[in-house]
Amino acid sequence: MQPNNDGLHTTRRRFLGEAAGLAGGLALLIAVKPASATPETMRAALKRVVGEATLHKGKVKLDLPPLVENGNVVPLTVTVDSPMTATDHVKAIHVFNEKNPQPNVIGIHLGPRAGRASVATRIRLADTQTVTAVAELSDGTFWTDNIQVIVTLAACVENM
Amino acid sequence: MARALINVPAKAKRGEIIEIKTLIQHEMETGYRVGTNGNMIPRDIITDFVCKYNGEEIFRADLFPAIAANPFFTFYTVATESGSISFEWIGDNGFTAAETATITVE
Repeated sequence: MQPNNDGLHTTRRRFLGEAAGLAGGLALLIAVKPASATPETMRAALKRVVGEATLHKGKVKLDLPPLVENGNVVPLTVTVDSPMTATDHVKAIHVFNEKNPQPNVIGIHLGPRAGRASVATRIRLADTQTVTAVAELSDGTFWTDNIQVIVTLAACVENM
Repeated sequence: MARALINVPAKAKRGEIIEIKTLIQHEMETGYRVGTNGNMIPRDIITDFVCKYNGEEIFRADLFPAIAANPFFTFYTVATESGSISFEWIGDNGFTAAETATITVE
């Protein structure tokens, strides 16, 4: 009886071990599975816009509520300090995020006829993260601002 | 045809900076959500928005799934002359919508 019992014991132990391993593997799979932008993919997206140019801090003001109750509708305002003349204006404004499924949020193209380099829209945020805005000026320089946002109800990947 | 709301001042002084607001009805389905049958809901978003003042482009936006449903924009332009301001939205699955507003510049 003893060997048989022992045999049962080892299989049970092995079974538990395997079950634990499987659960761990599944948890890892679930953690990895949702396509998610990471700070690295955000940097890659940034690089596609900025190229080799250096990013300066300032001029851009990114306005988002610091605490977001509903990530599905987050008011966002980007204002760039620029005279908006033919020789000195904002060409483009890009907004990036770290943790949504895609790193890009929006790309806006402006010209001197805008008069004021300010844009407001409503975005989605999937998680507590840092949102970055980059402005491209007519002289080829890039200016940036970022803001940390806390999101309590996530958007984008929720199920129906 | 999707419903669109646009807000452009009817009258403006020459050289004045005017505020334009646009809102369009659209789901902006991200393509990352799972439906009740367990399948992914395919992406269906507006990808481009263009605003033209008397035919000249003054504002253009590339939209991504991170834009909230019913895309809303507020932006500015200089009132240069009387005429029309046109708005165009283009999206997935052949979605298009267009609106026009007239402005009188004194």
